[in-house]
Amino acid sequence: MKKVVVLGATKGMGRAMARRLAERGDALFLLGRDAGDLAMSARDIEVRAARAEGSIGIAPCDLERPQDFASALDVADATLGGFDTVVVTAGLFATQDKLEAEPDLARRLLTADFANTVVFCEEARRRLLARGGGTLCVFSSVAGERGRKPVVIYGAAKAGLTRYLEGLDHRFHDKGLRVICVKPGFVRTGMTAALKPPPFSGEPDAVARDVVRAIDRGQPVVYAPGIWRLIMLVIRMLPRFVMRKIGF
Amino acid sequence: MRSEDLVRIAAGRPLSRGLGRSYGDSSLPAAGDREVVSTVLADRILSFDQDTGVLRAEAGLSLDDIYRLFLPRGWFVPVTPGTKFVTLGGMVAADVHGKNHHQAGCFGAHVTDIKLRVADGRVVNCSPSVERELFRATIGGMGLTGHIIQVGFKMVRVPSPWIWQESERVPNIEAFIAGLKAASADWPMTAGWIDCLSSGPKMGRGILLKSRWAIPDEAPRRFPRPKRRFTIPFDFPQFVLGPLSIRAFNTLFYWKHLRRKQQRIVHPESTFYPLDMLWHWNRMYGRRGLTQHQCVLPNEAGAGAARRFLEVLVARGGASFLCVIKDCGPEGVGMLSFPRPGISIALDIAVRKDTPALIDALNECVVKEGGRIYLAKDAFTRAEHFRAMDPRIEEFQRVRRIWDPEGKLRSAQSVRLLGDRA
Repeated sequence: MKKVVVLGATKGMGRAMARRLAERGDALFLLGRDAGDLAMSARDIEVRAARAEGSIGIAPCDLERPQDFASALDVADATLGGFDTVVVTAGLFATQDKLEAEPDLARRLLTADFANTVVFCEEARRRLLARGGGTLCVFSSVAGERGRKPVVIYGAAKAGLTRYLEGLDHRFHDKGLRVICVKPGFVRTGMTAALKPPPFSGEPDAVARDVVRAIDRGQPVVYAPGIWRLIMLVIRMLPRFVMRKIGF
Repeated sequence: MRSEDLVRIAAGRPLSRGLGRSYGDSSLPAAGDREVVSTVLADRILSFDQDTGVLRAEAGLSLDDIYRLFLPRGWFVPVTPGTKFVTLGGMVAADVHGKNHHQAGCFGAHVTDIKLRVADGRVVNCSPSVERELFRATIGGMGLTGHIIQVGFKMVRVPSPWIWQESERVPNIEAFIAGLKAASADWPMTAGWIDCLSSGPKMGRGILLKSRWAIPDEAPRRFPRPKRRFTIPFDFPQFVLGPLSIRAFNTLFYWKHLRRKQQRIVHPESTFYPLDMLWHWNRMYGRRGLTQHQCVLPNEAGAGAARRFLEVLVARGGASFLCVIKDCGPEGVGMLSFPRPGISIALDIAVRKDTPALIDALNECVVKEGGRIYLAKDAFTRAEHFRAMDPRIEEFQRVRRIWDPEGKLRSAQSVRLLGDRA
């Protein structure tokens, strides 16, 4: 049985992750932006996993409020009696057009998805390393694999996050830290609801299944759905003049 | 449009849609509308009371989840339709019925409360005692009274997850109806498959299925393993389900049942959801797809009504791969719910050039016999036929006008059948 903290547990892939982990018997603590929403998600998971009411702990934690990270993780740590796994699915998203039109939103997104996510991971990995290791599973994106027209800014934040997670794995692997960098392709969640789903788009629950398996195996990089490993291999090999032409 | 927050995205949108398993246009936007709300991400369970069995959840919770989570614990929905890829909101909107209709009624009979976002943006709670009219119009109201946000309903305890089934080969439609009526007192679940290509004295021959939940002593101890799912990979060419193959299938299926009567323990998924094992099964009907026609012929029409209906079908060469027959119990709470006491016949029909004419002919027969059709299955019925079948429309429309005076809520189906402006 793992003791897992999930940041972003109320929606999308985080919701699917939390449910899967709880249904198989892991202990959970949920972090998210909205306290009311967290309480509803906790109750949902308690019923699904046949747990007692109130047995799943919650605390508000917002990627845009880094000053609260340490205290939220401390509450989680105390409630779970020392967590061994941290899952981060939270993040901001907006289309490239919107980010170009609203510089302030672009700044917020870059801060939340890169700088503050790194700060959160640092808080988490410090606690994990202090007790001899554990798993840090963070949702980056295939958007960080290559500079692409529809995800210039969002992709840049995710590229930075991916590099950070790679470095973290190199630096602390022999100290017992297992870093899992998840690179979802297009997944049909509320985050991507305004976009037209391309071929090979995935569903949150199928992604969660793959990621839970990766956590159990300590697999450092996960593409989900798996087909996106191939798609991104091709995209990475395309020459610059092609990338300038295509809209993908 | 998908979101976890239904109340937010329902603003300004004309309709909500669940998993899209209704056969017709009831969950599709009307011609002038661009987008409907998808409820599938709003699938949280809000509470479950072990003592009363009341489960409360958001509208997008799927029956698949309920089956997977609750059947192992000895709980199940009181009424299930023929697929588990439906949402709670959809089960309320279509007021689904199942093999146990003659005893348990429709799903709506077990609903304790509904949270609805009505046209003006208010979120209203309704139940059999609060806003009763709105509650009755919403059950079976095809989503036209408001966006269903949350549903509470009573689950039932089952003695085991397995089904005890008795099946019987029946020589013709008269024997079939008599068999269904005779079985309804002793069996909680009944339904039958009929071969609708045979005619004359053999017309309406088929297999009558009677079942109940198995008791622990007669069932295996383990939980039924999830059934393997096969995928139909692409649209089949149209001859695959042509008249010849359907005739062959029907004859085989009938005579496969060698002994006249069989009794055995069966998997709950085979009983309730046989087609769920064929993912994308609709592709077997080719690029033009299929439609369904389901009607109920009231008891007052007499025992000959079902034969007269089948005669119309056979005369028109309306080969149907799947034809399901079931006797219905009393009318439920839903203002526009489909079932009423009588015989229900559901047909799968491959779409061809002459399909609208076939549906017209079937509907004329239904009107003549005083029956009505099931909106969740309909794509081709004409407004004048629907009006002739269902005098309850007036009252339904009156309630709709109270809660949606500007006519903001509509579907492609409501434009077609109820005269909503597009």
